[in-house]
Amino acid sequence: MEKLYTFLKYTFITLWTVFIVAPFLWAVSTSFKDFQSVNSKVTYIPWLDFEPTLEGWRVLVKSPARGGVDIVEPYFNSIFVTCTASLVSIVLGTLAAYALSRFTFKAGFVRNNDITFFFISQRIMPPIVLSIPFFIFLSTIGLLDSLLGLVVVYIVLLMPIAVWIMVDFFNRVPKELDETALIDGCNPYQAFYKVVLPNSIPGLIVAGMFCIIFGWIDFFFAFILTFTEVQLLPVKVVALNSSITPWWSLSASALISVAPLIIVAFVVERYLSKGNLSGALK
Amino acid sequence: MNLIGEKITYKPDDQFHLNDVSFNFKKGNLYTILGRTLSGKTTFLKTIAGLLNPDSGNLSFEEKNFSKIPVWERNVAMVYQQFINYPHLNVYENIIFPLKQRKLSQEKIKTDVDEALKTVGLIGFENRKIQELSGGQQQRVALARSLAKKAKILLLDEPLVNLDYKLREQLREEFKRIFSEGMSQETILIYSTTDPQEVMELNGEVIVLDEGKVLQKGPAKEIFENPLNLKVAEISNDPPMNILKGLKNSDNLNFENISIKSPKHFKNLENQNYNFGIRASEIKLDDNGEEFEIELAEISGSETLLHLKKGNSKLIALIEEVMNFKIHQKVKIILNSSKFYAFNQSGELVSSPYGINNG
Repeated sequence: MEKLYTFLKYTFITLWTVFIVAPFLWAVSTSFKDFQSVNSKVTYIPWLDFEPTLEGWRVLVKSPARGGVDIVEPYFNSIFVTCTASLVSIVLGTLAAYALSRFTFKAGFVRNNDITFFFISQRIMPPIVLSIPFFIFLSTIGLLDSLLGLVVVYIVLLMPIAVWIMVDFFNRVPKELDETALIDGCNPYQAFYKVVLPNSIPGLIVAGMFCIIFGWIDFFFAFILTFTEVQLLPVKVVALNSSITPWWSLSASALISVAPLIIVAFVVERYLSKGNLSGALK
Repeated sequence: MNLIGEKITYKPDDQFHLNDVSFNFKKGNLYTILGRTLSGKTTFLKTIAGLLNPDSGNLSFEEKNFSKIPVWERNVAMVYQQFINYPHLNVYENIIFPLKQRKLSQEKIKTDVDEALKTVGLIGFENRKIQELSGGQQQRVALARSLAKKAKILLLDEPLVNLDYKLREQLREEFKRIFSEGMSQETILIYSTTDPQEVMELNGEVIVLDEGKVLQKGPAKEIFENPLNLKVAEISNDPPMNILKGLKNSDNLNFENISIKSPKHFKNLENQNYNFGIRASEIKLDDNGEEFEIELAEISGSETLLHLKKGNSKLIALIEEVMNFKIHQKVKIILNSSKFYAFNQSGELVSSPYGINNG
């Protein structure tokens, strides 16, 4: 019974892995092909089946005038917008979360939980509801079709995630830890950055990961809030047309779009598997 | 130059955590706060530390108004019942943390930390991570951090309660040694606990706290000998003192099923109904005694705890050896009448075997 269970478990995991990884490998393989190796017969493995070429990748950096698709600028735009918005969200979100976790706010009927819920509620509505207000807002302050405008919008989208994760994290850090820091001569700010923050790195990493992922994969707002001046990577990649852009370049652009997420996932996995704070504070 | 509290009341959410608490703590002394869980012990200590602001009352130290001074400038140290250390620092860094915060010189820090490490017996553990230590060692680190600070007020909030039995015994012994040797005459030591035995062993000034109210103050011996009322008798004895309702007449104490000759120290007591108290350890097995039925027998360490019953009278007896009893077995016991306490109908002590001291 035990053996059967193990067998079924690994069979399932293997099939699922193949299901997920196969298209990836196919894209990797395709990105190194050229016209001949795609059209002659079905080929899989470089060098064995076909002669690999970097042509597909080169197209990505060439300007359209020279027959390329030039995703370099959208790529760096995306990196800039995602990183800036994530960083601001984490800094502001962590401070807000610490305050919500440690201090008691009273304003009319509003309590800490209501404020926390207000942050989270920004993500409960489907994003499309926010599209028109955002559009009007950005056009009023003249930030439509600009990187700064996108950063502002993304902060609104990402900060609730940071607040949510960090409130939950700080609630699990014993209050006595801060109190001990105060007793040991730290003022509240020192207690926060000398004691609480160094012990919150796992939470910060998780929050950062979620911000980066949600920022990087957003297509919707990048699509409706930009026109000609600024383009983000998801919009650019979607705009690529298979009747104009060859398959190998499409594969290469897809791969390079998801690459940052894969790197983030691997880095975070290493941190998370090291164990978190709950073991450190009994 | 003392730590003085006057009528301190802390009442969040309409519930008293501290109710009109006054005290006068002198330097060089040990004070123990005895009370059950949720009696306000932690609130008491946190108020002194400055982590809580009382709703009313005054707190002053060295003739300065303490409530105006924020926690981080008060120069107090506190050890929690949970083992609270800084998880991101190693043992040595944990202990120097408060000293670095005060910007002391390197040499001074070094000698203070070495001394503290020696006192708690953690030499050689300087570079260990906190997570690698056992519970007892973690609590020693917390204690060392508090000692190294040489704070003028040292607060210990049930420091032994989360440790296992053996370690608790061992650390309690060490606490006594540390307090007698290591504490300077400049320090006020305040120790809270639920364990009456700990209070007796530490032998300091005791404050009995219940529902935020001070029930009795005095030396440990005084609390033990003359508990002012039934509540104190209950809190300051483990197992709790047996209380039997009975009628005194000129010769005898008449309980529901038993009658005992009235002891000498009751001779001036009016003949009426009382609540009589007797400690579990003053009940002995004796073939000439009264017959009781055993409801439950527990063995703990080298002692046996018997829950006895006769009619509606229930008693707890502490026998100082390990004996095996069966449930519902009948045993004969005598109550040592010379160790009887008498509390009046409203629960106040009217006569004690050690002579009343209403001071």
